[in-house]
Formats: sequence, C-alpha cells, structure tokens
Amino acid sequence: MLRAIRIKDLSLVRGERRLFSGLDLEISAGDAVALTGRNGAGKTSLLRAVAGLLRPAQGTVGFEGEAGPLEAEVARADALHLVGHHDGLKSTRSAWDELLFQTLWTGGTEASARAAATKLDLDRLLGLEIRRLSAGQRRRVALARLLASPRALWLLDEPMAPLDAGHREGFGGLMAQHLAGGGMVLAAVHDPLPVPCRVVEIGG
Amino acid sequence: MRAFLILLRRELALAWGNGGGPLLALAFYACVVTLLPLAAGRAPERLASLAPGIAWLALALAALLSLERLFERDFEDGALDLLALGPAPLEAVAVAKCLAHWLAAGAPLALAAPVAALALGAPSSIIPLLIPCALAGGLAFSFLGGLGASLALGSKRGGLLVAVIVLPLYVPPVIFGAGALDALAGGLPWTGGLFLLLAYSAAAVALGPIAMAAACRNALD
Repeated sequence: MLRAIRIKDLSLVRGERRLFSGLDLEISAGDAVALTGRNGAGKTSLLRAVAGLLRPAQGTVGFEGEAGPLEAEVARADALHLVGHHDGLKSTRSAWDELLFQTLWTGGTEASARAAATKLDLDRLLGLEIRRLSAGQRRRVALARLLASPRALWLLDEPMAPLDAGHREGFGGLMAQHLAGGGMVLAAVHDPLPVPCRVVEIGG
Repeated sequence: MRAFLILLRRELALAWGNGGGPLLALAFYACVVTLLPLAAGRAPERLASLAPGIAWLALALAALLSLERLFERDFEDGALDLLALGPAPLEAVAVAKCLAHWLAAGAPLALAAPVAALALGAPSSIIPLLIPCALAGGLAFSFLGGLGASLALGSKRGGLLVAVIVLPLYVPPVIFGAGALDALAGGLPWTGGLFLLLAYSAAAVALGPIAMAAACRNALD
C-alpha cells in the first residue's frame, strides 16, 4: 500500500521551454493537494511526470509504502490512477463495456464496477454508446474506475470541469471518503477542490 | 496473463465492432485481386503464373490498410495513458494489439487467400502451402505494421507515413512467401522459402513489441 509520494527538486522541460524547476512536494496518506497556476504552467505535465509518462529533466519522484521505499514501476502499475482531460473512452463502445474494461484492466472486478456506476449515478447510462453521452456523463464514466478499482493515489486533471453542481458535490463526497481511508489526491484545478486541501501554485 | 487476456478481448471487440474491420479488409482484398488481372490482361496462362504472387502481395496491402489506427486511436483519446499505467508492460500491450489485429484481419485474409489464388487460375497444388504461408506472413505483417503505426504516432498524414515505414519491412516476407509458392508450383524445392518466412515472422513477433513499446513511450513523453 502506497503511503507517501516525495517529489524532490523536480524540473520539467517541454521542447525548449522550462515549465518549472526545483519543485519539492510531499503528499502523505490522507492528503489532498490542489495544483493551481495559469494555463500552460505545467500542471498536467507534473501529473504525467508523477505517473511516469513524462521524463523529468531533473529531480525525482519517490514512492513510499508501509515498509519503506517502493520501486517506482511497481507503485505506478498498481497504486495510482490518472484521469486526464481526455477520458480514454471509445466512442463506439457502450459505457458499460468501457467501464468494465477500465475496471478489470486496473485490477477491479465486475461487481466493483457495478457498485462504482451506482455511486456515480451512471446506472441508466450504462447501455448507451459513449458518443451519445454528454461531456459530464463521459467524465463520470471515466471517474468511475477510481472507485471500481481502489488505488491509493488519484492524479486528476481538471476532474470536475464538465460536471454539474450536483455531481461536483457528489464527487467531493467520494473524494473525502477516499482521503479518510488513507488515500491521496493530487489534482490540477482552476476551481477550488470540494475537500480540505493544500494549494500549490505551479510556475508562480 | 489475466490482464493480457482482458486487453486482447477488448482489442478484438474494437476490431470486430468498429464498422466490421475484418469485412473491410476482406473487401479490400477482393477489390485488389479483381483489379490486378484487369490491369495485367486477361490471357489465362499469364494470369495463372501471376496468381500466387498477386494473392500474396494483395494480402500484404490488405493487412496494411487496417493497421494505421492501431495505436493512434488510443493515443488520441487518452486510452494509451491508461494502457501504459496498467498491470502489463507496454510490450505486452503491443503484443495484444498486434495479435488481435492478426486474429481479426490476418487470419480471415489467410483463409480468403486460397479462394483468390484459385479464382485467378493458380494450380490447386499450392493451396496446402498458401494457407500456412499466409498465416505466418500475416503475423509478420501485423507485428511489423504495428511497429510502423507506433512510430507514426502523433504525426499528421499518419497513414502514408505508416505505409512508407512498413512496406520496405514487408519485402522479405513477400519474397520468401511468393518464392516458396512459385517453387512449389514449378516443382522445385520450396521448404527453404517457407522456413525463412517462418523465421522472419518469429523475429518480428519477438522484436517488434520491444520497439513498439519504446515508440509509444516516446510518443507519450
């Protein structure tokens, strides 16, 4: 089980442009961190660097379990979720097919996918093709895997941008439950997160 | 292994579901096989000598047709992030994708190849060799095509680029396969060509995924 993330002296470079350098950030169990900053400051890139999809120009991202440091590859393969602004859903498949695949792929079960769908108010949408869903409904399908296969660290990129007020509140409650259970949230946001959190400004 | 099967099932569903991928490849194959004799003239004896080669070359082209979007779709809609963060390494993801492509397009095409060859007037004695050649060659076409598709990730005009990257790599299997078929039709020893084709396919299956995974990582970075 992942207990903490330690980001040390991290620098990210995209092309010729240095996004930020010397970033230190520690997240431990139960913490939520909101990344803010202007457009293009590097919030998404930071999330992708933590997920291991981007190679940092300098610095390290360390993962710690209950019994000391974890190997980054292992931690990334089974202890984190990344929900980006692309939902990763295939437009011609049904919401249920996509949710079930994402759940099984990340280590959940069919029953947990059903339960997650109910929690995110997706039951009536499961039979529909993804392309028939609105942006907010699609995002809820993508968010459902967070609940369907429990993983300690949630990396969220503008998770609530397309959600309506009711579902924002609902998802806030689910995030609070995740944190109370020892989970961690690192989210790039423009609106405040609906849970108590630390705010870190990127590229300030 | 469980994750691999989950992914394979999804890739197969995507290949079969999206506007009938294999049917499209088969239709393309039928079109090419019909067009080539129209261009080459209708003298039956000339056609019969060309038949194995045509059936074989059209197979390579039809395999290429459906490959372009193998990684591009997942790259565009963000699913490749999810695949990269899953329980299986990207190398296994690449194997699953190429294998699914082979099962959905390569294998049906391999079964259609004898029909095409016979229709063009090829001797029926080559059929027992044509099917294994087409199956093994199709495997090489899928894995090399996947390599091209992953290298072209994120580029505009990906389709042309994939063809330009992949067609040179298709040269050896086309030569070995057509050579073996020609030799059999002419009563010459043909096992050498078949073994070279099998060896080339095995190398493509073994080495292709490593290169594909590297190309995907590079595209995501």
